[in-house]
Amino acid sequence: MSISRRGFMQGTGGALVASLAAAKETAAQIFHHELPARSVAPTNQKWVMVIDLTKCDGCEDCTRACIAMHFAPPMQEWIRVYEVEDNPAAGPYFLARPCMQCDNPPCVRGCPVGATFKRTDGIVIMDQDRCIGCRNCMAQCPYSARSFNWAEPPHTREELSVPYSTDYNYPHRKGVVEKCIFCPHLLRAGKLPACAAKCTMGAIYFGNEYEDAVTNSKGETIQFSKVTERGASFRLLEELGTSPRVYYLPSANRKYPGPNELKEKEAAEKKL
Amino acid sequence: MISKREANLLRSVTETSLAFYLWIGALSCVALWGLYAYIHQIRTGLIVTGMRDQNSWGMYITDFVFFIGISHAGTLISAVLRVTNAGWRRPITRLAEGITVFALCIGGPMVIIDMGRPDRMFYLFYHGRIQSPIFWDVLGVSTYLTGCIIYLYVPMIPDLAFLAQREEFGQRRRRFYRALSLGWTGSVEEQHLLEKCISVLAIFIIPLAISVHTVVSWIFAMTLRPGWNSSIYGPYFVVGAIYSGAAGVVLSMYILWRVFHLEDYLEPIHFRNLGLLLLAFCLIYLYFNINEYLTTGYKVQGPEKLLVHGLFFGSFSTLFWTVQSMVIIVPFILMTAVLALKPLRRFTPSVLAVASFLIVVGAWAKRYLIIIPTLATPYLPNPKLPYDWLHYRPTWVEWSITAAATAVFLLIYSLFASIFPMVSIWETREDDAAREAAHAMAAPPQPAPQGLGTIRPWSK
Repeated sequence: MSISRRGFMQGTGGALVASLAAAKETAAQIFHHELPARSVAPTNQKWVMVIDLTKCDGCEDCTRACIAMHFAPPMQEWIRVYEVEDNPAAGPYFLARPCMQCDNPPCVRGCPVGATFKRTDGIVIMDQDRCIGCRNCMAQCPYSARSFNWAEPPHTREELSVPYSTDYNYPHRKGVVEKCIFCPHLLRAGKLPACAAKCTMGAIYFGNEYEDAVTNSKGETIQFSKVTERGASFRLLEELGTSPRVYYLPSANRKYPGPNELKEKEAAEKKL
Repeated sequence: MISKREANLLRSVTETSLAFYLWIGALSCVALWGLYAYIHQIRTGLIVTGMRDQNSWGMYITDFVFFIGISHAGTLISAVLRVTNAGWRRPITRLAEGITVFALCIGGPMVIIDMGRPDRMFYLFYHGRIQSPIFWDVLGVSTYLTGCIIYLYVPMIPDLAFLAQREEFGQRRRRFYRALSLGWTGSVEEQHLLEKCISVLAIFIIPLAISVHTVVSWIFAMTLRPGWNSSIYGPYFVVGAIYSGAAGVVLSMYILWRVFHLEDYLEPIHFRNLGLLLLAFCLIYLYFNINEYLTTGYKVQGPEKLLVHGLFFGSFSTLFWTVQSMVIIVPFILMTAVLALKPLRRFTPSVLAVASFLIVVGAWAKRYLIIIPTLATPYLPNPKLPYDWLHYRPTWVEWSITAAATAVFLLIYSLFASIFPMVSIWETREDDAAREAAHAMAAPPQPAPQGLGTIRPWSK
């Protein structure tokens, strides 16, 4: 049997085309279900968060509100409060760290399947229907803002009562990555994200950058451009070039008693 | 007519001893135990591993990088030796290429074992994003595996045709060899085509091998993490891979030599030449290590300070210094001794085997030291998490799966060696001719003709 070069190439080419078509058909059958529509964001919004470190007293109300809102699985804190000591000569201060919703997000860059992506309103969203659990985004994120469901998360009836949506990221599932998503379903309803709404100190301001206004839980609205300019705002690990959408106003002349003072005060109150 | 050493070689595929069955049985047990561990992991989730939010990658990714590294053994070395016309390569190319193919078959799936949702594996193709380093790895490793299978198979075709004619084998076995030999008759035209095909493959395999281990390193180097955020990672990983791979070749050469008594094929020259290659890569790897750690250790910048301190003096220091001496210092001393000092030269094969064993085991630990300490020192550690969430400690599941991966590798390699001769018969025939001629003249053996050279037909 002899095969001419042309015949061989034709045959191989034909087989390749046929197998590609078959593979496409098989893939279409395997993935016959449509993935849920990705949340569509209005283009006249660009969400931004300003956290005033002068006001943050480290009470973790934001963390608790977030966990309650999202039924976050145990060990997960989508917004985490750090006690920071930049300078041993100065006192420590508290720093709340939500997802930075970077404008140059390393997690989005590294995701092999597009399970995490940037919306037009600036939010870096997470789609647990798409996530394959490779955890490359966790390796990429310099802010340790991502958590993984190592086991089947404990469920509540309330959590399971709604269909899954990228807007609120529950019901939770095993083997996928989760993170802070700025509560898009609350934003759509014209409300503040859970953490900002529940901050008793009014330290978390949230708003639309296009409107140049950010509001806190006490209803105080300030001009975003001015406060970030005048208040010498900074962004976390700015030198990495991730361009976070969360701004911090430095802690100066803090407006709350320090943790030790607070304990003494509470003890005194109890005695009375 | 076949020569004495060919008859000996054929015995490796015709005779099976009790020890072989025991060996296969033991490996299968380890593999099955690993399968049990994996099923347990699928059912319970990755919580059964030591990985947690901070140390989000662990032994599986270590295994992945290790096996992909070992895979550089073969093909790259045999391809480079082919392209550079090193005649002494002939008896070792196949055993090296075998390591490559089987190590890739084990290394690739380690990523799937590490995945939280292996059921969504095909999303990598269906929703794959070319911007992600993970996707580059999927593309790179699968292309490399395909290339290496072809590169292992094509030079085997004449041998398969030869085996199909041997009467030692049963009817079914011969039919199997004949089917695989694709109707090879050994005509001049066929030989010419084969020669051309092998040359082209050898040239294409080299950049492919280099790119594969480069993209493996880029999984790490494309992040902003201290330690990984380094431009040296590509070549650093490639050199480390070739080094561990070459050690793998020496080790497997030594074992096959002892098990199948291949003294007539694997001679001191092979050990010596591979030893020199290994020594050269030892020094290059030493250079890369100094370069990598001195540039970060000199400046001790920001979070890298914690990382370097942890490696040099802190919680990883015992492992770090053990591994550095195991991978570089001890093998260097051992290899230099047998390669440089004439009285010690006769110990070359066994000493090289010991050095290679140290290098292979150390290479695995080295990958571990590249991955874990960096994850353990993030920019924003979370001090509130419990101790075992902050400190990575592999669990029995991870150890079992790693042991099973090694066992499956050895299993496939052993089975392959019991079905196909591990030394290329047709390529070593030229040596035979030279040897006989030399013997007849009672003169010292002449070096075999170099190059891809002429290929002799089977019937002499």
